[in-house]
Amino acid sequence: MPKKILVVDDSAVIRQVEETVLVKAGYEVASANGGKEAIGKMETSTFNLILTDLNMPDIDGVSLIKQVRASVKHRLTPVVMITTESKDSKKQEGKSAGATAWMVKPFTPEQLLSVVKRIIG
Amino acid sequence: MGSNDQLENLFREEAAEHLAVLESTLLELEQRPQDPELISQAFRALHTIKGSGAMAGFDTIAAIAHEVEAVFVQIRQGKLQASANVIALTLSAKDLIRSWLDPLVQVSPDAKARMHSACQAILEQSPDAAPAILQGPHKQIQDTERQTVSLARIVWAPHADYFQNGSNPISILNELNDMGSCQTTTILDSLPGLEDLDTETSYLRFEVLLQTTKNENDIRDVFIFVEDRCDLNISVSPADPSQGDAASQSIGVQPTVVGAEGSLQSGLPSQVPTRESSPSNRPAESASSIRVSAQKLDSLVDLVGELVIAQARLAQLATNRADDELFSVAEDIGRLSAELRDNTLDIRMVPIGTTFVRFKRLVHDLSSDLGKDIQLETEGAETELDKTVIERLFDPLVHLIRNSCDHGIESQEARRKAGKNPVGTVRMLAYHSGQSVFVEIRDDGAGIDPVGIRKKAIASGLLDENAQPSVEELYKLIFLPGFSLAKAVTNVSGRGVGMDVVKRSVEALRGQISITSEPGKGTTFRLQLPLTLAIIEGLLVAVGEGKFVLPMSLVEECVELTALDIERSHDNRLANVRGELVPYIRLRDCFGSSGERPAIEQVAVTTVEGKRFGFVVDGVVGQHQTVIKSLGRMYQDVRGLSGATILGDGTLALILDVPALLRSVEQTA
Repeated sequence: MPKKILVVDDSAVIRQVEETVLVKAGYEVASANGGKEAIGKMETSTFNLILTDLNMPDIDGVSLIKQVRASVKHRLTPVVMITTESKDSKKQEGKSAGATAWMVKPFTPEQLLSVVKRIIG
Repeated sequence: MGSNDQLENLFREEAAEHLAVLESTLLELEQRPQDPELISQAFRALHTIKGSGAMAGFDTIAAIAHEVEAVFVQIRQGKLQASANVIALTLSAKDLIRSWLDPLVQVSPDAKARMHSACQAILEQSPDAAPAILQGPHKQIQDTERQTVSLARIVWAPHADYFQNGSNPISILNELNDMGSCQTTTILDSLPGLEDLDTETSYLRFEVLLQTTKNENDIRDVFIFVEDRCDLNISVSPADPSQGDAASQSIGVQPTVVGAEGSLQSGLPSQVPTRESSPSNRPAESASSIRVSAQKLDSLVDLVGELVIAQARLAQLATNRADDELFSVAEDIGRLSAELRDNTLDIRMVPIGTTFVRFKRLVHDLSSDLGKDIQLETEGAETELDKTVIERLFDPLVHLIRNSCDHGIESQEARRKAGKNPVGTVRMLAYHSGQSVFVEIRDDGAGIDPVGIRKKAIASGLLDENAQPSVEELYKLIFLPGFSLAKAVTNVSGRGVGMDVVKRSVEALRGQISITSEPGKGTTFRLQLPLTLAIIEGLLVAVGEGKFVLPMSLVEECVELTALDIERSHDNRLANVRGELVPYIRLRDCFGSSGERPAIEQVAVTTVEGKRFGFVVDGVVGQHQTVIKSLGRMYQDVRGLSGATILGDGTLALILDVPALLRSVEQTA
């Protein structure tokens, strides 16, 4: 069974890029345009990995990560936060919320795949 | 490239939306420059344009968005004001981006440069004018000049909660592996036993030897996300002998051996203590005991059994020959083989305490499952039993303990009401007595009500309504198949595997089980077990041509049975043993022996479960210590026989399974 990844970003472009790359690599991908939709999707299905943007209008990435960690089903699921900021304070914030790893935007398809493969194989 | 076009179009649409939002936000911001919500909104719009622009290949747009975003970061942090100047700049940046979204518009480098300097001018007003602000979307140039190989020793211990944020140690190890030649040792010493293992807790530690061109900071970067949830110790030394001998000596690495994977390990000082602490290197322990496979022991016991049989033949031969010299040799061999037999059997003896420990855990788990407070007390842990007996005793004991915890011990309230200690106690004790070991399981619970058993037995058709059995007889009904006193099926017991199974397994070990109970005070199950399964003390009897062995532990006495006795009992098969009538059967009838019945027969009176029963035989040969041989697969289901033994003259004697024989008699009666 292919591993399932949830892609969360308010930008359709980013979602499109991530989805294309990951589907090509054989993963099953679902996408959400923000924290709210992501939480809804997590209730109905189970994911092996969650990729999330940090700055999103409804529920931002950090609160999303916190909710993931508090959920019964996904509390041990790896979450990669994707940020345009390489600043440590933002990383710290995501990290203390329970993020597993981070990636800096923009990234190449190879970078995305290598991070995803490292975490869920 | 279709997908690229699609992506670009997607970005154009999305960016146009965001730019529209940005514009209206900026106009509002002009009115309320302090409104944090508006500042955030503008920031987010720029942020998204930057991120998705870079992904869709609109690098210039991303760069401009990034520069303006940097201004808004400062505003958000309160370091800059959303002045008219800033708003004007942002609006013009927005217009610029808007125009660049049109595929036909050429990006003019001039406009880009102007935008850049305008942003920088504003940013310089910020107290922490950051020179690195441009780094964002641009590739950082890696320092690739360092190519010296160094050897890093990484000791990494993820904390117990390591998995709690989705981290998996394997990804870190993979990453290290990608950095160079890598050898990982997993240290398992804090790994608990299976029953205590929590799958969401990390117990492992890793020691990684990494030969790499990367420096210590690169290695530390791998751990950047997990550094506060692990203990990490990295020491790096040059692997090249020409570079800094002092450094390598300080951590004890022999630079010359580095390179071959096998020798990497030996070069590291901290590996040495781990080896030394391994059990095989503790001389004191290895001298006091060795581990031998049970199989080897079994074959030794078999051989000793053969020897004992051969010795019996020799002894018989020596007696017949009346040769003094032969007789004295036979006597010596007899003494030696008896000693050898006892010693060999003693090797197989294991203290029962090893199983007691497992029951502690069982009772602990049961008490939480049942919501009761139960403690297990054990006594006689040092009592030794044959290894096989202990192993095969485990399941019946589990069943009995479950029963005591579930049905025996009352709930805490019931105990308080009855004026008992709310903490229930289950006691397990083991002790030697004669040729047997007794194991008792006592609970201080409600006890078993004989009236309840009676009702239940009548209801399930096991007892006639008019029967008036004694209390002991009623308790014995518990061991009948299909009898359950459980009011409700619980997770713990009462699922149909009844006490009859326990009884059968105990009897398969040539043991007996009995029950005593006092309503309100508790119940005791007593198991009587043979010391060993390999040898029994038996009474050798003759029936016709054949010889049989009755286990001595069951035989009470032998009396004569004369024709007069038979006549007096009107052929009811009852023998008068000092005034008490004892039912009997003729082994001759059971096994269809040929030949005439002698005028005076013998009755071997046995006691099984408190009942006396006689076996009529032609003659009693005497007490005989027998090595039990199994009958083999062909005859293992023959009822009434538990094995065979070879006698001194080379003939065979069958060993009777007295309880099974009695059951079959009861069934045919």
